[in-house]
Amino acid sequence: MSKTPKADELSKIDYMPPKSGWMDTPVEFKQGFWCYGSKAKSLETVGFPNPRQWSPADEDWKLPENWQEIVLKGFKERLDKYRSFKVFMDICVRCGACADKCHFFIGSGDPKNMPVLRAELLRSVYRGNFTKAGKILGKLAGARELTYPVLKEWWYYFFQCTECRRCSVFCPYGIDTAEITMMARELLNLLGLNTDWISGPAANCYMKGNHLGLEPHAITGNIEYMLDDIESITGIRIKPTFNRKGAEILFVVPSGDLFADPGTYTTMGELMLFHELGLDYTWSTYASEGGNFGFFTSNEMAKRLNSKIYAEAKRLGVKWIIGGECGHMWRVLHQYMDTWNGPADFLEAPKSPITGTVFENAKSTKMVHIAEFTADLIRHGKLKLDPRRNDHLKVTFHDSCNTSRGMGILEEPRYIIKNVCSHFYEMDENTIREKTFCCGSGSGLNASENIELRMRGGLPRANAVKDVVEKYGVNMLANICAIDRAALPPLMDYWVPGVGVTGVHELVANALVMKGEKERTTNLRGEPLPGVVETREERRKREDRRKEVGRRRKREEG
Amino acid sequence: MNALLSLVAVIVLILIAFIGIKVASLHFLFGVVIPYAAIATFLIGVIYRVVKWGRTPVPFRIPTTCGQQKSLPWIKQSKLDNPSSTSGVIGRMLLEVFLFRSLFSNTKFELKEGPKIAYGSTKWLWLGGLAFHWSFFVVLVRHVRLFTEPVPSFLHSIEVLDGFLQVGALGVLISGVVLLLAVTYLFLRRVFIPEVRYISLAADYFPLFLIMSVALSGILMRYFLRVDLVSIKELTMGLASFSVAVSLEKISVIFYIHLFLVSALFAYIPFSKIMHMGGVFLSPTRNLANNSRMERHINPWNYPVKVHTYEEYEDDFREIMKDAGIPVEKE
Ligand code: SF4
Ligand code: SF4
Repeated sequence: MSKTPKADELSKIDYMPPKSGWMDTPVEFKQGFWCYGSKAKSLETVGFPNPRQWSPADEDWKLPENWQEIVLKGFKERLDKYRSFKVFMDICVRCGACADKCHFFIGSGDPKNMPVLRAELLRSVYRGNFTKAGKILGKLAGARELTYPVLKEWWYYFFQCTECRRCSVFCPYGIDTAEITMMARELLNLLGLNTDWISGPAANCYMKGNHLGLEPHAITGNIEYMLDDIESITGIRIKPTFNRKGAEILFVVPSGDLFADPGTYTTMGELMLFHELGLDYTWSTYASEGGNFGFFTSNEMAKRLNSKIYAEAKRLGVKWIIGGECGHMWRVLHQYMDTWNGPADFLEAPKSPITGTVFENAKSTKMVHIAEFTADLIRHGKLKLDPRRNDHLKVTFHDSCNTSRGMGILEEPRYIIKNVCSHFYEMDENTIREKTFCCGSGSGLNASENIELRMRGGLPRANAVKDVVEKYGVNMLANICAIDRAALPPLMDYWVPGVGVTGVHELVANALVMKGEKERTTNLRGEPLPGVVETREERRKREDRRKEVGRRRKREEG
Repeated sequence: MNALLSLVAVIVLILIAFIGIKVASLHFLFGVVIPYAAIATFLIGVIYRVVKWGRTPVPFRIPTTCGQQKSLPWIKQSKLDNPSSTSGVIGRMLLEVFLFRSLFSNTKFELKEGPKIAYGSTKWLWLGGLAFHWSFFVVLVRHVRLFTEPVPSFLHSIEVLDGFLQVGALGVLISGVVLLLAVTYLFLRRVFIPEVRYISLAADYFPLFLIMSVALSGILMRYFLRVDLVSIKELTMGLASFSVAVSLEKISVIFYIHLFLVSALFAYIPFSKIMHMGGVFLSPTRNLANNSRMERHINPWNYPVKVHTYEEYEDDFREIMKDAGIPVEKE
């Protein structure tokens, strides 16, 4: 892997497009911008075509003889199945309104990262093969042949789109390049051209129920560790249940939150909240993934992975489902799940057993976002909160792409944060809510070999954080997304060192005053609460524990 | 290069009409046959395209949500930017189609030393686009007077509004001038903004030049070259009633050029990006309500897929599950 340039070097970006036209500028695979190719084993696990040993850096990608035919046939099929795809292929006027809205363009200056041009990579082949004008006029009509270099260009640039939909907000016709990227990735998958970082987790999820491949005992074990920590902080021993039939609620989180900091603190927060409420709920080791890397592969793969949630809800006989904090997970749950795997007529319209609120907005899917659930609790005064415990934090909130532009859950997390923290500051209005900027690592791009791309793509987000750091002294970046919790810490370290990253329910649990708890001296991270002076002994213990947790995770990963 | 080619193409079109009338005297061809053929191509082509779009299924409900969702009753929903009902969607679409709302919120960014990225609002494209489309529309409506007798009264009011500028003795109609200016602006931004130039195809310049030449020839005809208005109206009325009975030679060549360019434009529409005028209504990210969790959306081609069932999972992990104290179906 090449060395990633330093931040000040990387931020010198040239936006001037090259002299040669884009069709005449061949793709160049830059180190640090692309992910390793999918492994044969992952493809075999889910029965995907063309499993083989290959590397994107190779000249020869070991494609079947008739690869063009396969792609064009797949292209046609999708044009007939998706109105979005057909219409978006036809109506772009190349006005350029979307051009500078993509974080990858802002961070890299590469014109093929302008959403419109990313789409044209595919559209040009569409015109060449499926339109009269393109067939007759060729290049004049913006048409081109599907060649090997074009295929490689597709692979390179469609894995430089995080499917964030920001471009779609500004397009006068709502053209969503994310939708086009999804189609392109489906076509690439017909030839076995995925990335390892996506096809690996998808295969894991298929066989073991979650992306990380955590087996049943690893899930219970990880949660057990969290319970130990909770006990030492609060003096309360929580006893959650797994795969329990007859529970009222099934709880599904992104598996990243079971595995690594700071996501685990979010899970601890959720465990504490549900315990405090006495909620009749269960975890599942079979449906142990809310996220969906199948979604970054193909519609069909996404549906196959998603099916487990309803199947498990049915098997366990629960009444409804709560989903944890995650971005793309909620795009899928909100806009796709019911269509794919519904109707969930064996469930009941979700009703909070604590407040009696019926979640009308989820009356068909029967699945409620935990932020909706918690906001409702706070509104009804059901939680005893002491926001002073979060007084050392100056918090800002990062809207995840999917939850803002593919759902619209904007106020719920803000309402919660404002109730559990005293210091909350918004970032520049052009970088939040529906205009939010991606973390730069969404849609399965959060690998390590493409770190330069991620740091570039994350620049607009990081820069908006930097702004509130300078203005208000912000030191904590809250979010409701597991990929954010994995991707933002390195992004902050790179561009804005000193800013922490947290899930919203970690903040909730820190402020939550639980029945029978001992006087808390630390937060969930084991750091002293504001006003508490840590003895040297305590500090040593805390650091030991951190090291131990790190070692433990390493062992499990290995 | 793309721009030049498109310009040449339009000049060739003008020459064809000029030679066709002046040299070959093909008045009937240019005055009757081609306009009919163009209108037929336009109608059949547009209908074909729209029907084809309309027949393509919408498997998922995928609105791009640009505001607060409808959730808890005490949280204020953005009814227009994140509609959950049909009326909200209609509102969103109307604002989009008539006022270009998404373009209105356009921004530009600037990367400064630091690095520091600053965002600002930019309304030029919105303004230019709005001026272009609306003036085009008014010009089109004004032409209805050529096909009606008596001329409907609403046209008079439009012309009064449109013609409030008096230049000398001549009443200038604003719409034509605005159209020409707007189309020129759209052309210039394509040439001078590097990113936009980079993405522009010949197919982007061609319609601009075509419309520019249509507007220019129209303006020339109206204000500068004398044309036989009575004969023109006779021709257009004839075209509208399928009974052309006027001596076509009386009409001057500039009219034929104008008519030929308009015909070319109409015939070109179904094969071009100008179809966006129909497509915008069918865009699934804009014309659907965000109510996927409230009402199940049906995918007409939803098919069963291979899944890894719980039973298979338990078979893989039964002993592990038992050891971890997790209940199992089969002991
Ligand atoms: S904003 Fe829409 S129409 Fe304009 S270039 Fe981008 S995708 Fe095309
Ligand atoms: S979806 Fe996001 S990442 Fe993809 S092109 Fe659009 S703005 Fe860029």
